[in-house]
Amino acid sequence: MSARILCLGLVLVFAASYAMAQVGGEKRRSGYQDMGEALQKMQDDDTANPGMLFVQLGGQLWAKPAGAENKSCADCHGAAANSMKGVATRYPAIPHGADRPVDLEGRINLCRTENQKAERLPPENRDLLALEAYVAHQSRGMPIAPPYGPLLDAFRAQGEGIYRRRQGQLNLSCAICHDDNAGKKLAGIAIPEAHPTGYPIYRLEWQTLGSLKRRLRNCLVGIRAEAWPLDAPEYVALELYLMERAKGLPLETPAVRP
Amino acid sequence: MSNILVNAPKTAKRGEVVEIKALILHPMETGFRPGPNGRIIPRNIIERFTATWNGAEIFAIEMSPAIAANPFVSFFARADESGTVILRWTGDEGFAVEERVAIAVE
Repeated sequence: MSARILCLGLVLVFAASYAMAQVGGEKRRSGYQDMGEALQKMQDDDTANPGMLFVQLGGQLWAKPAGAENKSCADCHGAAANSMKGVATRYPAIPHGADRPVDLEGRINLCRTENQKAERLPPENRDLLALEAYVAHQSRGMPIAPPYGPLLDAFRAQGEGIYRRRQGQLNLSCAICHDDNAGKKLAGIAIPEAHPTGYPIYRLEWQTLGSLKRRLRNCLVGIRAEAWPLDAPEYVALELYLMERAKGLPLETPAVRP
Repeated sequence: MSNILVNAPKTAKRGEVVEIKALILHPMETGFRPGPNGRIIPRNIIERFTATWNGAEIFAIEMSPAIAANPFVSFFARADESGTVILRWTGDEGFAVEERVAIAVE
């Protein structure tokens, strides 16, 4: 008798989990779904999302001439709404003739040094983040679509290696938190699944816009590992793998996070 | 170059209470933090925010160093007559910017 009830119970459990799996079908969660309703509203309202201030600034910089060539981004690329649509969903990527991938920030700096004959903007520079946010904002709502190629795949594999390798004094890998324990709490805060869907993000803790690199350095310090130098290729490799993990999720730039 | 985002209705019914929201790009440097060289970074905050409706002040606040960067202000006003709302931020280092919004009252 009890075996029969147990069987019935199990069938019900399977049916319920099957039904739940059908709803939406997407099991991956963006950090957006894990934050409070107030913050979600803040991100959704373009006049309350502080990241939009940087998008506005980026739009002004897009049209402003720079460097020895005295050319603006708009002089070559025209209106960003057309030329930059979908671009951010495909980065990091390998620029023409290069032998290693660059992220969006690196691509903007390449454009500055090669085409504008201007100086590189330093990491976490406000203008660099604003331009990056402006470019990425043109792809808001579009699914992340990483490119492929033998060279790119090799870097992506390196990134996955970093993601799964234990490091730091706490001897943790990215995967231990963000794959095995995602959704649980760490010091009262939900551990996200680490999908880089909204970078550069406006993080309330930072009180400013910040790049994925800054976020990765945060995590490295958190597990008491030594963060790589700011221009290290490891970040781009890791970004490549993270974008592959988040493939198909919609881009949210500029996202707001606690 | 200042970066401001304002959310206010373009039209309102006479006597209606409308919400006006404004966000501004500003570091709100407290004046208590040491910089990379160990010296205190000088204070740089917005000290005062005012809003006028056709010249008459309808809202004002004093800001302090404890207010976060890129401050967001939201307030309510009764729409009595069509006109221009002028939002004005003033503060350290000669910071003074204005944003105008036209609200038509029917």
